[in-house]
Amino acid sequence: MSWLAEAAMVYRLRWKRRRLLFRAFRKRRQLKPVINRTHQINPDDIIAASTVRNELVRLPHFLEHHRDLGVNHFLFVDNASDDGTQEYLSKQPDVSLWSTNSSYKQSRFGVDWLTWLQIKYAGGHWCLMLDADEIFIYPHHDTRPLKALVEWLDRNDRQSFGALMLDMYPKGPVKSHIYAPGDDPFKVLCWFDGGNYVMQKQPKLENLWIQGGVRARKFFGDNPRRAPTMGKTPLVKWNKRFVYVSSTHSLLPRWLNHVYEEDGGEGASGILLHTKFLPVIVEKSSEEKERQEHFANSALYDGYYDALKDNPDLWCEGSTQYISWRQLEAMGLMSRGNWV
Amino acid sequence: MLVHTAFDRAEQVARHWAAAGCPIVFHADKAVPAKTYNAFVKKLSDLPDVRFAQRHRCEWGTWGLVAATQSASEVMLQEFPDVRHVYLASGSCLPLRPVQELIDYLVDRPHTDFIESATTADVPWTIGGLDQERFTLRFPFSWRKNRFLFDRYVAFQRSVGFRRKIPNGIVPHMGSQWWCLTRQTLSAILEDPERRHYDRYFSKVWIPDESYFQTLSRLYSRQIESRSLTLSKFDYQGKPHIFYDDHLQLLRRSDCFVARKIWPYAERLYRAFLTDQAGAMSRTEPNPGKIDRIFAKAVERRTRGRPGLFMQSRFPVEGRENGLTCAQYSIFEGFSELFENFESWLAKMTDMRVHGHLFAPDAVEFSEGQQVMNGALSNNAKLRDYNPKAFLASLIWNTRGERQCFQLGPRDTFKKIEWDIAKDPNAQISVITGAWAVTLFKSNANFSDIRREAARLQQIESKHLEVLRSQWAKARIRIWTMAEFVEAPMEPLQRIIDEIGKQ
Repeated sequence: MSWLAEAAMVYRLRWKRRRLLFRAFRKRRQLKPVINRTHQINPDDIIAASTVRNELVRLPHFLEHHRDLGVNHFLFVDNASDDGTQEYLSKQPDVSLWSTNSSYKQSRFGVDWLTWLQIKYAGGHWCLMLDADEIFIYPHHDTRPLKALVEWLDRNDRQSFGALMLDMYPKGPVKSHIYAPGDDPFKVLCWFDGGNYVMQKQPKLENLWIQGGVRARKFFGDNPRRAPTMGKTPLVKWNKRFVYVSSTHSLLPRWLNHVYEEDGGEGASGILLHTKFLPVIVEKSSEEKERQEHFANSALYDGYYDALKDNPDLWCEGSTQYISWRQLEAMGLMSRGNWV
Repeated sequence: MLVHTAFDRAEQVARHWAAAGCPIVFHADKAVPAKTYNAFVKKLSDLPDVRFAQRHRCEWGTWGLVAATQSASEVMLQEFPDVRHVYLASGSCLPLRPVQELIDYLVDRPHTDFIESATTADVPWTIGGLDQERFTLRFPFSWRKNRFLFDRYVAFQRSVGFRRKIPNGIVPHMGSQWWCLTRQTLSAILEDPERRHYDRYFSKVWIPDESYFQTLSRLYSRQIESRSLTLSKFDYQGKPHIFYDDHLQLLRRSDCFVARKIWPYAERLYRAFLTDQAGAMSRTEPNPGKIDRIFAKAVERRTRGRPGLFMQSRFPVEGRENGLTCAQYSIFEGFSELFENFESWLAKMTDMRVHGHLFAPDAVEFSEGQQVMNGALSNNAKLRDYNPKAFLASLIWNTRGERQCFQLGPRDTFKKIEWDIAKDPNAQISVITGAWAVTLFKSNANFSDIRREAARLQQIESKHLEVLRSQWAKARIRIWTMAEFVEAPMEPLQRIIDEIGKQ
C-alpha cells in the first residue's frame, strides 16, 4: 500500500502547489510598479528576484557582486522602505521595481509577491531568488560566470542548484566595526562556523533540512530545533508552475529539491554568504522584534532579538577565517561535484 | 570542421588555421537557420581555401554526423589535391600549439593515421552498458528524445535474441570521433566498392560517428596510431568536459595540438592560444596523460564523494556512506575510571587528541576543557544530542590529520549513536567492563542509591555489549572484564597503543 500513500502524497502536494500559485495570483494587486524595465530581458538572460526593506547599506555590493557574476536583470519588491532604497533601486539600469506596503509575513515573507513576478517574467529563465543579505557564490565563481554554471546544469539535465547559507560575522562585538555601503562586506565579516552543521531529509518535500552555524551555536543552544534553516535552493530554471514553499528552502514540485546525492557521490553546490551581521543588525533587531514579521511564531524568537540587541561577539576560538571558494570547497561546505 | 553553434568562434579558429595555410571545409548542421548560415558563409568569403559541404541534420548519436563527415571529406579530397592529412575538428576545437608544429609533426609521419580505434573487448569506456550490442542491435528511436522507447526496444531485442549480421566479417572498432587520417586511408574508405553496404549497416549502429571511420580505417591504413590528436576529457556519464578560462595552464601542460570542447565565452583561452606563438618551436610529444589525474579525481568525487563528509550536496542513505567518519579514532570505555590521569597519560604516549567523555550528559568534555573545537563545534550538550551522529562525523571531519580519542561509559548519552559507532570501521573501541563500578565504590552515597545506580548502569552496559558483539559490528573492538585487565594491564594497553601507531 505504500505506493498508494505515495500517490496520495503526490496528489496533495500538487494541490498545495496550485494553492500557493493562486495565493500569489491574489496578491498581485498589492504590488505597485515603480519602474518596469522587463522589456530588456532577453531569452537567455539570468534573472535575480528579491524582496527588500531598508537595505540601502547592503544593496550596492549586492548588485555589484551579482552583476559581476552575470545576472542580467533584477526584479525587486520594495516593502515600505524609508531609507531611500526605492529611489536608489529605481535609478539602476537593470532593475525592475515594484513597491508594496502590505505585510511581509502575510505574503509568506515576500515569496507570494515574487512568485507572481516570476510567473510573469521568469518563465524559461534561470532565476536566482535571494535576500539582499545573501551573496551567492559557487565553485569557480571567480573565473566562470553564472552563464557557464547554468549551461553546465542544463547539459546535466539539472533544473535546480542548492546552496548552504553561511553566516559571516566579524571578530569582536558586531557594532564595533565600520562598514560603508559598497565596500566588500567580507573585509569585516570574514569569519564563519566551518563544521557544526546538522542535516536531515524532510519526509514530505524531500529537501535537506540543514541547521547549524553561528546562530545555532550562539542563540539556539537551548532549543536546537528552533535554529534557523540554512539549506536553500536559490537557483532554479524557472517554470511558471513552480513555487517556493517556505522561503527558498524548499520548492514544489518536489523533485526540484533533489539537489543532493544519496548514493555516496557528491553533487555540485554553492554557498550563500550571509551578510546579516553587518553593524546595522543591532538597530534592525529592535525594529524586527517590534514588527514580528520574520518568523512564523515570531514571539518565540524574542530572546534571539534581545541577544542581538546586546551587540554580541560571535567570534570563538573555533571560527574559521574566510579566504576563498576553494577553501570552502576543501572544507566540504560546498562542492564542485564533477564540474572541473 | 563540423559546426552547429558559436559561429563567431568557429570563424575565429578557421582564420587561425587558414593563416597557417590549411584549407578548410565546413559542414554546418542543417538545423542551423538559413540566415545564420548565410551570414557565416559570407563572413568567410574572403578566405580563398574555404569550402562548404552539403548539409545534413546532425543529431547526437545518429548517422547524420558520419554523413556530414563523409560529404566534407569528399569535398576536401576533391578540391585540394595537395592535402595529405585531413584533420576532423569541430567548431568548439581550439588549437593549443602553433599550427606549424602540427604540420611539421604530420610531415614527419606521412603515412600515419591518428585515429583512436579499439575493439569493444579492449576498452572499458562505454557508459551505459551498450558496447558490443551497439553493433548487433537496431536503434530506430532517439536516445535523447525518446529514451523510454529506446530502452524498451533494446530490452525487446535482447529478450528475443535478435542480432544483426556484421557485413564482410569486419571487426567493429570504437574511439574518439576526432581523427586525423591520411589521404590514402580516407579516400580508400570513401571509394570502397562496398561502401553502400557499410553505410547501410553503420547507419543503424548506435553512435556510428565513434565507430564508422574507426572500424573501416583498420581495413586500409598502413599505420595506425590508436590515439586522437585532439584532447578531450569525458565525465563519468561519457559527456565531454568543457574547458574554461581557468584551464589555461592545464591545457598548456598537456602539450596537445588541439583541445575540445572549449566554452565559447572563454575569452582568455581564445586570446591566449590564437595569438601567434612563433619562435617557441617545441618538439614535445602530446601528453594528455599529464592532466588525467584531475579528471580522474572528478569522477571519484562525483561517484564516491568524500567519505565521512555529510553536506548539502552529499547526504548518502544509510549503507552508502562509505563510512560514517573520514578517519580512524579511538574510544576507551572504563579506562579513565580505572586509572588515575589516564587521559593525560594517553595524550603523552600518543599523538592523539584525547577528549574526556564527549557524550557526557551535561556538557561535551573536549580536551583541555575547550568550549569549542575545530569548525566551531560547540560543547553544548543539547546541540550535540540534537543530532549526535552529525556531531561525531563533524568532529572527525573537522580534525582531519589529527587522530581523535574519547572516553565513553554507561553514564553517557550514547544510545542514539552506539550502533553507528559499532558499525563504523574507523572506530577502535576498547572496553573494560564493569569499570564504572569503581566510581560508585569510591562515592559517598547511600547504599540503596548506589545499588539502584549500579543496576541501571549494568543494564545499560550489557545492552551496549550486545551491540558491540553483534554480527553487524565493524569497528575493531576489544573487550576485557575488569578482573582480566587488572591482572595484566600493561600488555593490552601496549597493544592498543601499538595499533594506534605511535609510541
